[in-house]
Amino acid sequence: MKQNGLLVAVVFVLLAGAAVGVEVVRDHVYGQPRPAESVLYVRSGEFLKRASLANASLLADVYWIRTIQYYGGTRRSRALGKRYDLLYPLLDIVTALDPKFTIAYRFGAVFLAEKYPGGPGRPDLSIALLEKGMRADPLKWQYEQDLGFVYYWWLHDYRKAAESFRRGGNVPGAPWWMRSLAAVTYGKGGDRQTSRLLWLQLYQTADNEWLRNNAQLRLAQLDALDQIDQLERIVAEWSRRTGAPPASWQTLVRAGWLRGEPRDPAGTPYVLDPRTGRVNVLPDSKLYPLPTEPGAWIPPPPS
Amino acid sequence: MKVLASIALNVFRESVRDKVLYNLVLFAVLLIGASYLLGQLTAGQDMKIIKDLGLSATSIFGLFIAVFIGIGLVWKEVERRSIYSLLAKPITRVDFILAKYAGLVLTLLVNLAVMAVALYAVLGAMTLLGPPSLVAALDAPPLDPRLLLAIGLIFVELALVTAVALFFSTFSSPILSAAFTFGLYIVGQFNADLKHFEQVVDSPAAAWLARALYYLLPNLAPFDIKALVVHGQPISAGYVLMTVSYGIVYIVFVLLAAALVFARRDFK
Repeated sequence: MKQNGLLVAVVFVLLAGAAVGVEVVRDHVYGQPRPAESVLYVRSGEFLKRASLANASLLADVYWIRTIQYYGGTRRSRALGKRYDLLYPLLDIVTALDPKFTIAYRFGAVFLAEKYPGGPGRPDLSIALLEKGMRADPLKWQYEQDLGFVYYWWLHDYRKAAESFRRGGNVPGAPWWMRSLAAVTYGKGGDRQTSRLLWLQLYQTADNEWLRNNAQLRLAQLDALDQIDQLERIVAEWSRRTGAPPASWQTLVRAGWLRGEPRDPAGTPYVLDPRTGRVNVLPDSKLYPLPTEPGAWIPPPPS
Repeated sequence: MKVLASIALNVFRESVRDKVLYNLVLFAVLLIGASYLLGQLTAGQDMKIIKDLGLSATSIFGLFIAVFIGIGLVWKEVERRSIYSLLAKPITRVDFILAKYAGLVLTLLVNLAVMAVALYAVLGAMTLLGPPSLVAALDAPPLDPRLLLAIGLIFVELALVTAVALFFSTFSSPILSAAFTFGLYIVGQFNADLKHFEQVVDSPAAAWLARALYYLLPNLAPFDIKALVVHGQPISAGYVLMTVSYGIVYIVFVLLAAALVFARRDFK
Protein backbone atom coordinates (compact mmCIF):
# COMPACT_ATOMS: atom_id res chain seq x y z
CA MET A 1 0.00 0.00 0.00
CA LYS A 2 2.77 2.34 1.05
CA GLN A 3 4.78 1.39 -2.05
CA ASN A 4 1.77 2.15 -4.26
CA GLY A 5 1.49 5.62 -2.74
CA LEU A 6 5.17 6.24 -3.41
CA LEU A 7 4.81 5.03 -6.97
CA VAL A 8 1.84 7.33 -7.57
CA ALA A 9 3.82 10.26 -6.12
CA VAL A 10 6.81 9.51 -8.39
CA VAL A 11 4.58 9.17 -11.46
CA PHE A 12 2.82 12.42 -10.51
CA VAL A 13 6.13 14.31 -10.24
CA LEU A 14 7.42 12.79 -13.48
CA LEU A 15 4.26 13.73 -15.40
CA ALA A 16 4.30 17.28 -14.04
CA GLY A 17 7.97 17.58 -15.03
CA ALA A 18 7.27 16.13 -18.46
CA ALA A 19 4.47 18.67 -19.05
CA VAL A 20 6.84 21.52 -18.23
CA GLY A 21 9.57 19.99 -20.39
CA VAL A 22 7.31 19.53 -23.42
CA GLU A 23 6.10 23.13 -23.08
CA VAL A 24 9.66 24.46 -22.90
CA VAL A 25 10.64 22.50 -26.03
CA ARG A 26 7.50 23.60 -27.91
CA ASP A 27 8.13 27.28 -27.02
CA HIS A 28 11.76 26.90 -28.08
CA VAL A 29 10.90 25.32 -31.43
CA TYR A 30 7.72 27.19 -32.38
CA GLY A 31 8.19 30.40 -30.41
CA GLN A 32 6.18 31.86 -27.55
CA PRO A 33 2.49 32.53 -28.17
CA ARG A 34 1.98 36.19 -29.01
CA PRO A 35 0.02 38.12 -26.39
CA ALA A 36 -3.45 39.12 -27.53
CA GLU A 37 -3.98 42.68 -28.75
CA SER A 38 -5.61 44.95 -26.21
CA VAL A 39 -9.33 44.95 -26.78
CA LEU A 40 -12.08 46.49 -24.68
CA TYR A 41 -15.13 44.30 -25.19
CA VAL A 42 -17.47 46.25 -22.92
CA ARG A 43 -17.20 50.03 -23.03
CA SER A 44 -20.18 51.02 -20.92
CA GLY A 45 -19.18 51.72 -17.34
CA GLU A 46 -22.85 51.99 -16.35
CA PHE A 47 -23.56 48.50 -17.69
CA LEU A 48 -20.53 47.08 -15.86
CA LYS A 49 -21.62 48.81 -12.68
CA ARG A 50 -24.98 47.09 -12.78
CA ALA A 51 -23.51 43.77 -13.83
CA SER A 52 -21.06 43.84 -10.93
CA LEU A 53 -23.88 43.33 -8.41
CA ALA A 54 -22.67 45.56 -5.58
CA ASN A 55 -19.01 44.93 -6.37
CA ALA A 56 -18.47 47.94 -8.63
CA SER A 57 -15.60 49.21 -6.54
CA LEU A 58 -13.69 45.94 -6.92
CA LEU A 59 -14.38 45.89 -10.65
CA ALA A 60 -13.09 49.48 -10.83
CA ASP A 61 -9.86 48.22 -9.25
CA VAL A 62 -9.57 45.50 -11.89
CA TYR A 63 -10.00 48.07 -14.68
CA TRP A 64 -7.57 50.40 -12.90
CA ILE A 65 -4.88 47.71 -12.92
CA ARG A 66 -5.63 47.14 -16.60
CA THR A 67 -5.30 50.89 -17.25
CA ILE A 68 -1.89 51.02 -15.58
CA GLN A 69 -0.70 47.98 -17.51
CA TYR A 70 -2.08 49.34 -20.78
CA TYR A 71 -0.52 52.79 -20.40
CA GLY A 72 2.79 51.47 -19.06
CA GLY A 73 3.01 48.79 -21.74
CA THR A 74 2.19 51.19 -24.57
CA ARG A 75 4.55 53.87 -23.31
CA ARG A 76 7.42 51.42 -23.00
CA SER A 77 6.68 49.83 -26.35
CA ARG A 78 9.14 50.62 -29.12
CA ALA A 79 6.60 49.69 -31.81
CA LEU A 80 6.20 52.22 -34.58
CA GLY A 81 2.77 53.82 -34.71
CA LYS A 82 1.84 52.72 -31.20
CA ARG A 83 -1.49 54.12 -30.07
CA TYR A 84 -3.22 54.94 -26.79
CA ASP A 85 -6.76 54.45 -28.08
CA LEU A 86 -7.98 52.57 -25.02
CA LEU A 87 -6.59 54.91 -22.37
CA TYR A 88 -9.60 57.22 -22.15
CA PRO A 89 -12.26 54.47 -22.44
CA LEU A 90 -10.51 52.53 -19.66
CA LEU A 91 -10.34 55.56 -17.38
CA ASP A 92 -13.96 56.37 -18.21
CA ILE A 93 -14.97 52.88 -17.10
CA VAL A 94 -12.90 53.07 -13.90
CA THR A 95 -14.49 56.38 -12.92
CA ALA A 96 -18.01 55.22 -13.85
CA LEU A 97 -17.59 52.16 -11.63
CA ASP A 98 -16.07 54.14 -8.78
CA PRO A 99 -16.80 57.88 -9.14
CA LYS A 100 -14.62 58.67 -6.10
CA PHE A 101 -11.49 57.03 -7.55
CA THR A 102 -9.42 60.20 -7.26
CA ILE A 103 -6.18 58.87 -8.66
CA ALA A 104 -7.89 57.73 -11.87
CA TYR A 105 -8.98 61.30 -12.67
CA ARG A 106 -5.58 62.75 -11.74
CA PHE A 107 -3.66 60.09 -13.62
CA GLY A 108 -5.85 60.64 -16.64
CA ALA A 109 -5.43 64.40 -16.44
CA VAL A 110 -1.66 64.09 -16.63
CA PHE A 111 -1.19 61.24 -19.07
CA LEU A 112 -4.06 61.79 -21.51
CA ALA A 113 -2.68 65.25 -22.24
CA GLU A 114 0.91 64.03 -22.54
CA LYS A 115 2.26 64.52 -26.04
CA TYR A 116 2.94 61.56 -28.30
CA PRO A 117 4.90 59.27 -27.88
CA GLY A 118 4.57 59.62 -24.08
CA GLY A 119 0.79 59.77 -24.32
CA PRO A 120 -2.05 60.32 -26.76
CA GLY A 121 -1.73 64.12 -26.66
CA ARG A 122 -5.42 64.68 -25.93
CA PRO A 123 -5.79 67.54 -23.41
CA ASP A 124 -9.48 67.74 -24.40
CA LEU A 125 -9.99 64.25 -22.93
CA SER A 126 -8.05 65.24 -19.80
CA ILE A 127 -10.44 68.14 -19.35
CA ALA A 128 -13.49 65.93 -19.95
CA LEU A 129 -12.28 63.43 -17.34
CA LEU A 130 -11.52 66.13 -14.77
CA GLU A 131 -14.90 67.76 -15.29
CA LYS A 132 -16.49 64.36 -14.67
CA GLY A 133 -14.48 64.14 -11.45
CA MET A 134 -15.65 67.59 -10.36
CA ARG A 135 -19.26 66.59 -10.90
CA ALA A 136 -18.68 63.47 -8.76
CA ASP A 137 -16.82 65.33 -6.02
CA PRO A 138 -17.05 69.13 -6.14
CA LEU A 139 -14.95 69.45 -2.98
CA LYS A 140 -11.79 67.98 -4.54
CA TRP A 141 -9.74 71.11 -5.17
CA GLN A 142 -7.03 68.90 -6.68
CA TYR A 143 -9.14 68.47 -9.82
CA GLU A 144 -9.13 72.26 -10.35
CA GLN A 145 -5.37 72.24 -9.80
CA ASP A 146 -4.99 69.55 -12.47
CA LEU A 147 -7.38 71.33 -14.82
CA GLY A 148 -5.37 74.53 -14.42
CA PHE A 149 -2.30 72.53 -15.25
CA VAL A 150 -3.75 71.16 -18.45
CA TYR A 151 -4.72 74.67 -19.59
CA TYR A 152 -1.37 76.08 -18.54
CA TRP A 153 1.06 73.42 -19.67
CA TRP A 154 -0.57 71.84 -22.72
CA LEU A 155 -2.99 74.45 -24.08
CA HIS A 156 -1.07 77.58 -22.99
CA ASP A 157 -4.40 79.17 -22.07
CA TYR A 158 -3.19 81.09 -19.03
CA ARG A 159 -6.47 82.89 -18.41
CA LYS A 160 -8.41 79.62 -18.11
CA ALA A 161 -5.57 78.13 -16.06
CA ALA A 162 -5.75 81.02 -13.61
CA GLU A 163 -9.53 80.69 -13.41
CA SER A 164 -9.19 77.02 -12.52
CA PHE A 165 -6.63 77.76 -9.81
CA ARG A 166 -8.89 80.51 -8.45
CA ARG A 167 -11.94 78.21 -8.37
CA GLY A 168 -9.84 75.51 -6.70
CA GLY A 169 -8.60 78.04 -4.14
CA ASN A 170 -12.19 78.85 -3.23
CA VAL A 171 -13.05 75.23 -2.43
CA PRO A 172 -13.28 74.77 1.36
CA GLY A 173 -10.11 73.11 2.64
CA ALA A 174 -7.97 74.09 -0.38
CA PRO A 175 -4.42 75.18 0.48
CA TRP A 176 -3.55 78.88 0.46
CA TRP A 177 -1.10 78.54 -2.42
CA MET A 178 -3.86 77.75 -4.90
CA ARG A 179 -4.86 81.42 -4.82
CA SER A 180 -1.19 82.41 -5.16
CA LEU A 181 -0.97 80.17 -8.23
CA ALA A 182 -4.01 81.93 -9.69
CA ALA A 183 -2.43 85.35 -9.12
CA VAL A 184 0.96 84.31 -10.53
CA THR A 185 -0.65 82.68 -13.57
CA TYR A 186 -2.75 85.80 -14.25
CA GLY A 187 0.33 87.99 -13.97
CA LYS A 188 3.10 85.89 -15.52
CA GLY A 189 1.41 83.17 -17.56
CA GLY A 190 3.91 81.30 -19.70
CA ASP A 191 6.85 82.35 -17.60
CA ARG A 192 9.24 79.45 -16.94
CA GLN A 193 9.56 80.36 -13.29
CA THR A 194 5.78 80.09 -12.93
CA SER A 195 5.87 76.68 -14.58
CA ARG A 196 8.52 75.63 -12.10
CA LEU A 197 6.35 76.82 -9.22
CA LEU A 198 3.37 74.84 -10.55
CA TRP A 199 5.28 71.61 -10.98
CA LEU A 200 6.98 72.03 -7.62
CA GLN A 201 3.59 72.35 -5.92
CA LEU A 202 2.36 69.26 -7.73
CA TYR A 203 5.52 67.35 -6.83
CA GLN A 204 5.20 68.27 -3.17
CA THR A 205 1.48 67.52 -2.90
CA ALA A 206 1.21 64.43 -5.15
CA ASP A 207 -0.05 61.44 -3.19
CA ASN A 208 0.95 59.04 -5.91
CA GLU A 209 4.33 57.94 -7.14
CA TRP A 210 3.44 58.14 -10.85
CA LEU A 211 2.30 61.75 -10.48
CA ARG A 212 5.33 62.61 -8.35
CA ASN A 213 7.72 61.03 -10.85
CA ASN A 214 6.03 62.90 -13.67
CA ALA A 215 6.37 66.22 -11.81
CA GLN A 216 10.02 65.41 -11.14
CA LEU A 217 10.55 64.79 -14.86
CA ARG A 218 8.92 68.14 -15.70
CA LEU A 219 11.13 69.94 -13.20
CA ALA A 220 14.18 68.30 -14.76
CA GLN A 221 12.95 69.41 -18.20
CA LEU A 222 12.66 72.98 -16.94
CA ASP A 223 16.22 72.75 -15.59
CA ALA A 224 17.27 71.46 -19.03
CA LEU A 225 15.59 74.44 -20.69
CA ASP A 226 17.56 76.79 -18.41
CA GLN A 227 20.79 74.97 -19.25
CA ILE A 228 19.99 75.04 -22.96
CA ASP A 229 19.48 78.81 -22.78
CA GLN A 230 22.87 79.13 -21.12
CA LEU A 231 24.55 76.87 -23.69
CA GLU A 232 22.93 78.70 -26.60
CA ARG A 233 24.25 81.99 -25.22
CA ILE A 234 27.76 80.48 -25.21
CA VAL A 235 27.29 79.16 -28.75
CA ALA A 236 25.96 82.56 -29.89
CA GLU A 237 28.97 84.32 -28.37
CA TRP A 238 31.31 81.84 -30.14
CA SER A 239 29.48 82.49 -33.42
CA ARG A 240 29.74 86.25 -32.92
CA ARG A 241 33.48 85.99 -32.36
CA THR A 242 34.36 83.38 -35.00
CA GLY A 243 31.66 84.06 -37.56
CA ALA A 244 30.18 80.51 -37.43
CA PRO A 245 28.69 78.18 -34.79
CA PRO A 246 31.08 75.57 -33.32
CA ALA A 247 31.20 72.27 -35.23
CA SER A 248 30.74 70.29 -32.02
CA TRP A 249 31.01 70.54 -28.26
CA GLN A 250 34.65 69.43 -28.55
CA THR A 251 35.46 72.73 -30.31
CA LEU A 252 34.25 74.65 -27.24
CA VAL A 253 35.92 72.21 -24.82
CA ARG A 254 39.30 72.51 -26.61
CA ALA A 255 38.97 76.27 -26.58
CA GLY A 256 38.38 76.15 -22.82
CA TRP A 257 34.85 77.59 -23.09
CA LEU A 258 33.36 74.43 -21.59
CA ARG A 259 34.86 71.97 -19.08
CA GLY A 260 33.45 68.95 -20.91
CA GLU A 261 30.63 67.70 -23.07
CA PRO A 262 27.49 69.17 -21.46
CA ARG A 263 24.88 66.69 -20.25
CA ASP A 264 21.23 67.17 -19.45
CA PRO A 265 19.87 66.52 -15.90
CA ALA A 266 19.11 62.92 -16.94
CA GLY A 267 22.80 62.40 -17.81
CA THR A 268 22.47 62.27 -21.61
CA PRO A 269 24.70 64.63 -23.67
CA TYR A 270 23.00 67.65 -25.23
CA VAL A 271 22.89 67.77 -29.02
CA LEU A 272 24.21 70.81 -30.87
CA ASP A 273 23.01 71.73 -34.37
CA PRO A 274 26.23 73.10 -35.98
CA ARG A 275 24.24 74.83 -38.74
CA THR A 276 21.96 76.92 -36.55
CA GLY A 277 23.71 76.82 -33.19
CA ARG A 278 20.54 75.53 -31.50
CA VAL A 279 20.81 73.08 -28.59
CA ASN A 280 18.39 70.40 -27.46
CA VAL A 281 18.18 67.08 -25.63
CA LEU A 282 18.84 63.92 -27.57
CA PRO A 283 15.87 61.74 -28.54
CA ASP A 284 17.49 59.04 -26.35
CA SER A 285 17.22 61.21 -23.25
CA LYS A 286 14.56 60.56 -20.62
CA LEU A 287 13.71 64.24 -20.96
CA TYR A 288 12.83 64.02 -24.66
CA PRO A 289 10.74 65.71 -25.96
CA LEU A 290 11.11 68.97 -24.04
CA PRO A 291 7.96 71.04 -23.54
CA THR A 292 7.24 73.29 -26.47
CA GLU A 293 8.29 76.87 -26.04
CA PRO A 294 8.04 79.49 -28.76
CA GLY A 295 10.84 78.93 -31.22
CA ALA A 296 12.16 75.73 -29.64
CA TRP A 297 14.09 73.41 -31.94
CA ILE A 298 12.83 69.83 -31.64
CA PRO A 299 15.14 67.15 -33.02
CA PRO A 300 13.33 64.42 -34.97
CA PRO A 301 12.17 61.37 -32.99
CA PRO A 302 14.22 58.16 -33.30
CA SER A 303 13.22 56.17 -36.37
CA MET B 1 -34.77 26.05 24.30
CA LYS B 2 -32.01 23.54 24.86
CA VAL B 3 -33.23 21.48 21.91
CA LEU B 4 -33.31 24.57 19.72
CA ALA B 5 -29.73 25.43 20.71
CA SER B 6 -28.57 21.91 19.97
CA ILE B 7 -30.23 21.96 16.51
CA ALA B 8 -28.59 25.32 15.77
CA LEU B 9 -25.20 24.09 16.98
CA ASN B 10 -25.64 20.98 14.92
CA VAL B 11 -26.08 23.08 11.77
CA PHE B 12 -22.83 24.84 12.61
CA ARG B 13 -21.01 21.55 13.31
CA GLU B 14 -22.34 20.10 10.09
CA SER B 15 -21.01 23.04 8.08
CA VAL B 16 -17.62 22.54 9.76
CA ARG B 17 -17.76 18.83 8.89
CA ASP B 18 -18.70 19.78 5.31
CA LYS B 19 -15.46 21.80 5.20
CA VAL B 20 -17.31 25.06 4.65
CA LEU B 21 -14.75 26.86 6.78
CA TYR B 22 -12.09 25.98 4.19
CA ASN B 23 -13.27 29.10 2.40
CA LEU B 24 -11.49 31.04 5.14
CA VAL B 25 -8.17 29.61 4.02
CA LEU B 26 -8.97 30.63 0.45
CA PHE B 27 -9.93 34.11 1.68
CA ALA B 28 -6.67 34.49 3.60
CA VAL B 29 -4.58 33.23 0.67
CA LEU B 30 -6.42 35.60 -1.67
CA LEU B 31 -5.78 38.62 0.54
CA ILE B 32 -2.16 37.83 1.34
CA GLY B 33 -1.39 36.94 -2.28
CA ALA B 34 -3.09 40.08 -3.54
CA SER B 35 -1.30 42.31 -1.04
CA TYR B 36 2.02 40.88 -2.25
CA LEU B 37 1.27 41.17 -5.97
CA LEU B 38 -0.63 44.45 -6.07
CA GLY B 39 2.37 46.60 -5.20
CA GLN B 40 3.66 46.16 -8.73
CA LEU B 41 0.37 46.79 -10.49
CA THR B 42 -1.72 49.46 -8.86
CA ALA B 43 0.33 52.69 -8.78
CA GLY B 44 -0.03 53.16 -5.03
CA GLN B 45 -3.63 52.00 -4.66
CA ASP B 46 -2.77 48.75 -2.83
CA MET B 47 -4.59 49.58 0.39
CA LYS B 48 -7.75 50.71 -1.35
CA ILE B 49 -7.76 47.59 -3.49
CA ILE B 50 -7.15 45.28 -0.53
CA LYS B 51 -10.07 46.91 1.27
CA ASP B 52 -12.30 46.53 -1.79
CA LEU B 53 -11.14 42.96 -2.31
CA GLY B 54 -11.57 42.04 1.37
CA LEU B 55 -15.09 43.48 1.60
CA SER B 56 -16.24 42.07 -1.74
CA ALA B 57 -14.77 38.64 -1.00
CA THR B 58 -16.50 38.66 2.39
CA SER B 59 -19.78 39.44 0.67
CA ILE B 60 -19.36 36.91 -2.17
CA PHE B 61 -18.09 34.03 -0.03
CA GLY B 62 -20.84 34.72 2.50
CA LEU B 63 -23.44 34.74 -0.28
CA PHE B 64 -22.36 31.32 -1.50
CA ILE B 65 -22.42 29.91 2.04
CA ALA B 66 -25.84 31.44 2.72
CA VAL B 67 -27.34 30.12 -0.49
CA PHE B 68 -25.76 26.70 -0.80
CA ILE B 69 -26.17 25.72 2.83
CA GLY B 70 -29.47 27.54 3.25
CA ILE B 71 -31.17 25.67 0.42
CA GLY B 72 -30.31 22.30 1.94
CA LEU B 73 -31.22 23.05 5.53
CA VAL B 74 -34.73 21.63 5.47
CA TRP B 75 -34.48 19.58 2.29
CA LYS B 76 -31.64 17.43 3.69
CA GLU B 77 -33.64 16.52 6.77
CA VAL B 78 -36.60 15.51 4.63
CA GLU B 79 -34.45 13.60 2.16
CA ARG B 80 -32.65 11.66 4.93
CA ARG B 81 -35.97 11.11 6.71
CA SER B 82 -34.38 12.49 9.89
CA ILE B 83 -37.18 15.05 9.96
CA TYR B 84 -39.46 12.39 11.51
CA SER B 85 -37.28 11.80 14.54
CA LEU B 86 -36.69 15.53 14.92
CA LEU B 87 -40.35 16.43 14.84
CA ALA B 88 -41.10 13.64 17.27
CA LYS B 89 -39.17 15.62 19.87
CA PRO B 90 -40.92 18.31 21.92
CA ILE B 91 -40.36 21.12 19.43
CA THR B 92 -42.75 22.85 17.08
CA ARG B 93 -42.10 23.19 13.36
CA VAL B 94 -41.64 26.93 13.84
CA ASP B 95 -38.94 26.25 16.44
CA PHE B 96 -37.27 23.85 14.01
CA ILE B 97 -37.13 26.51 11.28
CA LEU B 98 -35.82 29.12 13.71
CA ALA B 99 -33.15 26.77 15.05
CA LYS B 100 -31.96 25.85 11.56
CA TYR B 101 -31.82 29.51 10.64
CA ALA B 102 -29.92 30.41 13.82
CA GLY B 103 -27.37 27.67 13.10
CA LEU B 104 -26.60 28.97 9.64
CA VAL B 105 -26.48 32.57 10.81
CA LEU B 106 -23.99 31.45 13.46
CA THR B 107 -21.87 29.84 10.72
CA LEU B 108 -21.97 33.08 8.76
CA LEU B 109 -21.12 35.12 11.84
CA VAL B 110 -18.04 32.99 12.59
CA ASN B 111 -16.98 33.22 8.93
CA LEU B 112 -17.37 36.97 8.74
CA ALA B 113 -15.63 37.49 12.08
CA VAL B 114 -12.58 35.49 10.95
CA MET B 115 -12.57 37.28 7.59
CA ALA B 116 -12.69 40.66 9.34
CA VAL B 117 -9.73 39.67 11.53
CA ALA B 118 -7.81 38.48 8.45
CA LEU B 119 -8.58 41.71 6.58
CA TYR B 120 -7.40 43.88 9.48
CA ALA B 121 -4.29 41.70 9.88
CA VAL B 122 -3.33 42.13 6.21
CA LEU B 123 -4.04 45.88 6.31
CA GLY B 124 -2.01 46.17 9.53
CA ALA B 125 0.91 44.30 7.99
CA MET B 126 0.79 46.49 4.87
CA THR B 127 0.77 49.63 7.03
CA LEU B 128 3.77 48.42 9.00
CA LEU B 129 5.82 47.01 6.14
CA GLY B 130 4.76 49.18 3.21
CA PRO B 131 6.06 52.62 2.24
CA PRO B 132 4.40 55.65 3.92
CA SER B 133 3.03 56.73 0.51
CA LEU B 134 0.60 53.77 0.69
CA VAL B 135 -1.13 55.32 3.66
CA ALA B 136 -0.88 58.87 2.30
CA ALA B 137 -2.84 57.89 -0.82
CA LEU B 138 -5.83 56.70 1.22
CA ASP B 139 -9.09 58.56 1.71
CA ALA B 140 -9.65 56.74 5.02
CA PRO B 141 -7.29 55.37 7.71
CA PRO B 142 -5.84 51.94 6.84
CA LEU B 143 -7.27 50.28 9.96
CA ASP B 144 -10.53 52.20 9.73
CA PRO B 145 -12.98 50.84 12.35
CA ARG B 146 -15.79 51.72 9.94
CA LEU B 147 -14.82 48.66 7.91
CA LEU B 148 -16.69 46.78 10.64
CA LEU B 149 -19.77 48.83 9.78
CA ALA B 150 -19.58 47.66 6.16
CA ILE B 151 -19.04 44.06 7.31
CA GLY B 152 -21.94 44.43 9.75
CA LEU B 153 -24.31 45.44 6.96
CA ILE B 154 -22.98 42.61 4.77
CA PHE B 155 -23.85 40.27 7.66
CA VAL B 156 -27.42 41.58 7.90
CA GLU B 157 -27.79 41.29 4.11
CA LEU B 158 -26.51 37.70 4.20
CA ALA B 159 -28.85 36.90 7.10
CA LEU B 160 -31.69 38.10 4.89
CA VAL B 161 -30.49 35.99 1.96
CA THR B 162 -30.23 33.00 4.32
CA ALA B 163 -33.84 33.52 5.37
CA VAL B 164 -34.90 33.61 1.72
CA ALA B 165 -32.92 30.43 0.95
CA LEU B 166 -34.46 28.71 3.97
CA PHE B 167 -37.92 29.80 2.87
CA PHE B 168 -37.47 28.17 -0.53
CA SER B 169 -35.89 25.13 1.13
CA THR B 170 -39.16 24.46 2.98
CA PHE B 171 -41.05 23.55 -0.18
CA SER B 172 -38.65 23.26 -3.13
CA SER B 173 -35.73 21.18 -4.37
CA PRO B 174 -32.17 22.50 -3.79
CA ILE B 175 -31.59 23.40 -7.46
CA LEU B 176 -34.79 25.38 -7.73
CA SER B 177 -34.21 26.97 -4.32
CA ALA B 178 -30.73 28.08 -5.39
CA ALA B 179 -32.11 29.53 -8.63
CA PHE B 180 -34.89 31.37 -6.80
CA THR B 181 -32.56 32.71 -4.11
CA PHE B 182 -29.92 33.92 -6.55
CA GLY B 183 -32.72 35.40 -8.65
CA LEU B 184 -34.08 37.32 -5.69
CA TYR B 185 -30.56 38.41 -4.75
CA ILE B 186 -30.06 39.89 -8.23
CA VAL B 187 -33.51 41.48 -8.22
CA GLY B 188 -32.70 42.90 -4.79
CA GLN B 189 -29.73 44.77 -6.24
CA PHE B 190 -31.90 46.52 -8.86
CA ASN B 191 -35.02 46.90 -6.78
CA ALA B 192 -34.79 50.70 -6.70
CA ASP B 193 -35.55 50.80 -10.45
CA LEU B 194 -39.04 49.49 -9.75
CA LYS B 195 -39.90 52.47 -7.58
CA HIS B 196 -39.67 54.90 -10.47
CA PHE B 197 -41.21 52.63 -13.08
CA GLU B 198 -43.89 55.20 -13.90
CA GLN B 199 -41.18 57.22 -15.63
CA VAL B 200 -40.74 54.51 -18.27
CA VAL B 201 -44.29 53.15 -18.66
CA ASP B 202 -47.56 54.92 -19.41
CA SER B 203 -49.83 52.37 -17.79
CA PRO B 204 -50.76 53.40 -14.21
CA ALA B 205 -51.55 49.75 -13.41
CA ALA B 206 -48.06 48.60 -14.43
CA ALA B 207 -46.51 51.45 -12.45
CA TRP B 208 -48.62 50.52 -9.43
CA LEU B 209 -47.62 46.86 -9.75
CA ALA B 210 -43.95 47.81 -10.03
CA ARG B 211 -44.20 49.98 -6.93
CA ALA B 212 -45.91 47.14 -5.05
CA LEU B 213 -43.08 44.80 -6.08
CA TYR B 214 -40.55 47.39 -4.91
CA TYR B 215 -41.96 47.17 -1.41
CA LEU B 216 -42.56 43.42 -1.50
CA LEU B 217 -39.23 42.20 -2.89
CA PRO B 218 -36.07 42.52 -0.79
CA ASN B 219 -34.15 45.74 -1.41
CA LEU B 220 -30.52 44.77 -0.96
CA ALA B 221 -28.70 47.73 -2.52
CA PRO B 222 -28.85 49.88 0.66
CA PHE B 223 -26.78 47.25 2.50
CA ASP B 224 -23.82 48.03 0.24
CA ILE B 225 -21.77 50.78 1.86
CA LYS B 226 -18.40 49.31 0.89
CA ALA B 227 -17.37 52.13 -1.45
CA LEU B 228 -18.46 54.80 1.02
CA VAL B 229 -16.37 53.24 3.78
CA VAL B 230 -13.31 52.73 1.58
CA HIS B 231 -13.45 56.36 0.42
CA GLY B 232 -14.03 57.69 3.93
CA GLN B 233 -17.39 59.18 2.99
CA PRO B 234 -19.84 60.04 5.78
CA ILE B 235 -22.53 57.48 6.66
CA SER B 236 -25.15 58.59 9.14
CA ALA B 237 -26.05 56.45 12.13
CA GLY B 238 -29.71 56.93 11.19
CA TYR B 239 -29.13 55.38 7.76
CA VAL B 240 -27.39 52.35 9.25
CA LEU B 241 -30.08 51.96 11.90
CA MET B 242 -32.89 52.16 9.35
CA THR B 243 -31.17 49.69 7.03
CA VAL B 244 -30.55 47.20 9.84
CA SER B 245 -34.15 47.63 11.02
CA TYR B 246 -35.39 46.97 7.48
CA GLY B 247 -33.23 43.84 7.34
CA ILE B 248 -34.54 42.53 10.66
CA VAL B 249 -38.18 43.20 9.80
CA TYR B 250 -37.78 41.54 6.40
CA ILE B 251 -36.03 38.53 7.94
CA VAL B 252 -38.85 38.07 10.46
CA PHE B 253 -41.36 38.35 7.60
CA VAL B 254 -39.58 35.71 5.49
CA LEU B 255 -39.03 33.36 8.44
CA LEU B 256 -42.68 33.64 9.33
CA ALA B 257 -43.60 32.75 5.76
CA ALA B 258 -41.14 29.82 5.88
CA ALA B 259 -42.63 28.63 9.17
CA LEU B 260 -46.17 28.87 7.78
CA VAL B 261 -45.29 26.87 4.67
CA PHE B 262 -43.35 24.31 6.71
CA ALA B 263 -46.15 23.98 9.26
CA ARG B 264 -48.61 23.08 6.51
CA ARG B 265 -46.33 20.56 4.83
CA ASP B 266 -47.33 16.94 4.89
CA PHE B 267 -44.37 14.54 5.23
CA LYS B 268 -46.33 11.32 4.75
